[in-house]
Amino acid sequence: MFRNILIEIGLVWRFTMRFFREVFRPRFEFYEFVRQCFYIGNKSIPLVAVTAFIMGLVITIQSRPTLVEFGAQAWLPKMVSVSLIREIAPVITALICAGKIGSGIGAELGSMKVMEQIDAMDVSGTNPYKFLVVTRVMATTLMIPLLAIFADAISLYGAYLGANIRGVVSWNLFWNQVFDTIVFGDFLPSFIKTFFFGFVIGMIGCYQGFNSNKGTEGVGQSANSAVVTSSLLVFLIDLLAVQITDLMNLN
Amino acid sequence: MPIPETITSNNISVISIKDLCKSFGSNVVLKGFKMNLYKGENLVVLGKSGSGKSVLIKCIIGLLQADTGSIDVMGNDVAQLSTEDLDKLRVKVGFLFQSNALYDSMTVRENLLFPLRRHWLKNEKNNENELITEALTNVGLPDTANLMPAELSGGMRKRIALARTLILKPEIILYDEPTTGLDPITGREISNLMLDIQKKYNTSSIIISHDINCVKLVSNRIVMLIDGACYATGTYEELKASSDQKVKQFFI
Repeated sequence: MFRNILIEIGLVWRFTMRFFREVFRPRFEFYEFVRQCFYIGNKSIPLVAVTAFIMGLVITIQSRPTLVEFGAQAWLPKMVSVSLIREIAPVITALICAGKIGSGIGAELGSMKVMEQIDAMDVSGTNPYKFLVVTRVMATTLMIPLLAIFADAISLYGAYLGANIRGVVSWNLFWNQVFDTIVFGDFLPSFIKTFFFGFVIGMIGCYQGFNSNKGTEGVGQSANSAVVTSSLLVFLIDLLAVQITDLMNLN
Repeated sequence: MPIPETITSNNISVISIKDLCKSFGSNVVLKGFKMNLYKGENLVVLGKSGSGKSVLIKCIIGLLQADTGSIDVMGNDVAQLSTEDLDKLRVKVGFLFQSNALYDSMTVRENLLFPLRRHWLKNEKNNENELITEALTNVGLPDTANLMPAELSGGMRKRIALARTLILKPEIILYDEPTTGLDPITGREISNLMLDIQKKYNTSSIIISHDINCVKLVSNRIVMLIDGACYATGTYEELKASSDQKVKQFFI
């Protein structure tokens, strides 16, 4: 089993290194890249918005009693905004995207493989890796950070509403406290790690789909493995990012 | 007993395969396979399921790498070609997939445009519409350009896949089980279409099939692939008259 894991890691590594070889080489599939950005970015907005809003609202409502107990309810916007910007919004966005986008890519490429569409591309003189993998990985790498910023904003709005359910915090006071608290050291590391989240989600989805076994069962397995593996890797990258920011005294 | 190879009238070989071997792990699929495809002929490769027929044509088009042996396509050794040269060769060699392999997310028109644009046929760019209309008319479906593959029947999908193959005007066409999964009437229509294409464009074709009605209709010559090697070649009538049980079983 250990040997199989090592082999799988080796294959994923080789698949990933091919991305860096192909990405700078013409021909560039710009139209397909834009199309993927639309599907990955635009079509994920409603799901990310709802999830982020609920997370902001819930975290605020849940945190309030503890802060009230210590007489520190005035710190609610500060505490919630740091939690949301640093950790919750980027990670939740990445997990939502791993589920929606990662599984979608895994299933789409898996069924293309099963239906010989990837071979058909090869025969048509198209490099399927460039057309299917490079465009999707580029799109996830660029779109997930944008979705995470969007999730930051929506979750903070949810937090504002949450703060006003049991208390009264004016719009200006809430945002003044938020922007007084949040510094670049909070925002920048969390923004940078979302690029890695996006890259991993796209790459794992493509790898699973591209290497799907023949048959419909294989397509299902590809989609499933794409979600599980990329979600796990999102947490591992997050753990690593926390260690790095800690070393850099940004925590 | 193997039947001697029939020599066609023009005798110009466009595909020449020598001692081709291909295995997947311990499973040996092709063992020293030899074959020639002559210009303008329809050559059927006949064999049981799993005998390596599809593997053979995938080796010809370069989708699979042969372990040993040589495949010469129009004077090019496929194994020695660079990616760019292989792409250029693929313009001349069309491939009709068993599953049609139409891109589900694209309309029929986009499916047909895909290979055209990939090969940067810039001089053809202005008459894209004409080429699409011509390809669709050739397969008898001129009004389907804006439909999605999911809106087509099995036979229509096969025809569109054939139109996509034809749009680059290939000199050689490789058909992977073109009538599999179709009812006998539609299968016959596809077989007739293959004959029309052969006559109209003077194409040379390798047809993988075990549909004996299709084989009878379209073949100029048949190669029997048994145990990974070329067991016998001949015309439909020659092989049907054979007393060899291994050959005869296909014609019962």
